[in-house]
Amino acid sequence: MAPSKISLRGVTKSFGSKKVLQGIDLDVAHAESMVIIGGSGTGKSVLLKCILGLMRPDLGSIAIDGEETTKLSDNARQRVMRKFGMLFQGGALFDSLRVWENVAFGPIQSDGMAPAKARDVAIAKLGAVGLGPEIGELFPSELSGGMQKRVALARAIAREPEIIFFDEPTTGLDPIMADVINDLIVKCVSDLGATAVSITHDMASARKIGHRIAMLYEGQLIWQGPVADIDRSGNAHVEQFIHGRAEGPIRMQVRRL
Amino acid sequence: MSIPLITTLGRMTLAFLATIGAVTAFAGHAVRRAVLPPYYHRQILHQMLEIGYYSLPVIGFTAIFTGMVLALQSYTGFARFSAESAIPNVVVVSLTRELGPVLASLMVAGRVGAAMAAEIGTMRVTEQIDALTTLSTDPFKYLVAPRLIAGTLTMPLLVLVSDIIGVLGGFLVGVYKLDFNDAAYLRNTMDFLQFQDVFSGLVKAAVFGFLITLMGCYHGYTSKGGAQGVGMATTNAVVSASILIFTFNYFLTEAFFAR
Repeated sequence: MAPSKISLRGVTKSFGSKKVLQGIDLDVAHAESMVIIGGSGTGKSVLLKCILGLMRPDLGSIAIDGEETTKLSDNARQRVMRKFGMLFQGGALFDSLRVWENVAFGPIQSDGMAPAKARDVAIAKLGAVGLGPEIGELFPSELSGGMQKRVALARAIAREPEIIFFDEPTTGLDPIMADVINDLIVKCVSDLGATAVSITHDMASARKIGHRIAMLYEGQLIWQGPVADIDRSGNAHVEQFIHGRAEGPIRMQVRRL
Repeated sequence: MSIPLITTLGRMTLAFLATIGAVTAFAGHAVRRAVLPPYYHRQILHQMLEIGYYSLPVIGFTAIFTGMVLALQSYTGFARFSAESAIPNVVVVSLTRELGPVLASLMVAGRVGAAMAAEIGTMRVTEQIDALTTLSTDPFKYLVAPRLIAGTLTMPLLVLVSDIIGVLGGFLVGVYKLDFNDAAYLRNTMDFLQFQDVFSGLVKAAVFGFLITLMGCYHGYTSKGGAQGVGMATTNAVVSASILIFTFNYFLTEAFFAR
């Protein structure tokens, strides 16, 4: 069996006395799309940030292509970071830069591509998410939420990453725009042959973009399996979550992490 | 009864020391990152323009009125023992050594330090700083280092301009209100002015420029919790920069005074 693209073993992270992640084991195969579901405040974002290297776990191992990344130096981390693309929840577009400069940011600043060439790349990537070249001249604040998400997606795929992370890609969008984004994610990931890790609490989105689903609850992955099996998980927590019932074993988290 | 007081005092001292440690570590990391390539020239130039050029009006106003009021006030004092001829010298020495760098830096702290904290703070809470990292760009190099470099280089230039405008203010009041001879006023200004006076002021300016941008970047970078957090970062950046300016001003003056 080929080694996993991403492999987590016993990943633990606490903030003060609050144990957010309590020993996460997770494997994502090459070109697989893994969706992590879970309620607000269950540590999904923390898990994603640990894999990305924006946070360092307290314990455990995170391997990308078999390479342990939790103890890398800054320079080595930048090399691993080159494999990643990330779509942030709020888009996180640089508001001082034009749309095309946002998309071309990675190629220009990190890969040293000439601006004129990077501009062509940016316009091509904007085309891939269904936006015309004229959008490139606008500033992010001039765009609607859905358009910003598309630009952010174009920026995430601009350097043709091997692994793409999606942080709540459909949150805050109307159902139609959410479906458009889901379609774009599926298309972009399969076009690139990339591995994808998404976190979401939108089940429609999870079913559409995921090959496999894992559910995070109280800092642990309580269930994982193929998308097709989610409706017969036999797990009361998963049942409650995917049907969105107020009654069940899951109690609401009051304080944020 | 005294125990809670001591506990509070101890906790405050610890928090204060922890902040000093955090700021020093932040500054050390930023300086290390600033000296290593790649350098973002366009960012540095942009920041120099932002800190220097766009601060000129406010610096000019501050300087000219400070020079004017200095001439007027020292006349009130010096006329009592017929020492009016010392006024041009008092004006230029006070301005170059002390008031130029301190007042200009306080104005820049309010204008630029606040804006920096707000901009970087907003980038923090909207995950733009995380986005930089995922695009393999070191936020310390891209955001912090250019601001520190620009602040340290630009502030002395601003203070030099402020010195000249301040002297002009003193000159205007001296000649048109206090009936000095214009040539004599200028001669008196230049004759007693030493290189040391201007130089020490410019060194102060460089240090203050570093401190202002450091506070702006630090408070912005570490801000959290949305609009309220960014607002607090802005306030903290200005207040801490102002306090540091006054504190460092004393010790720098002492260091120069001994020579």
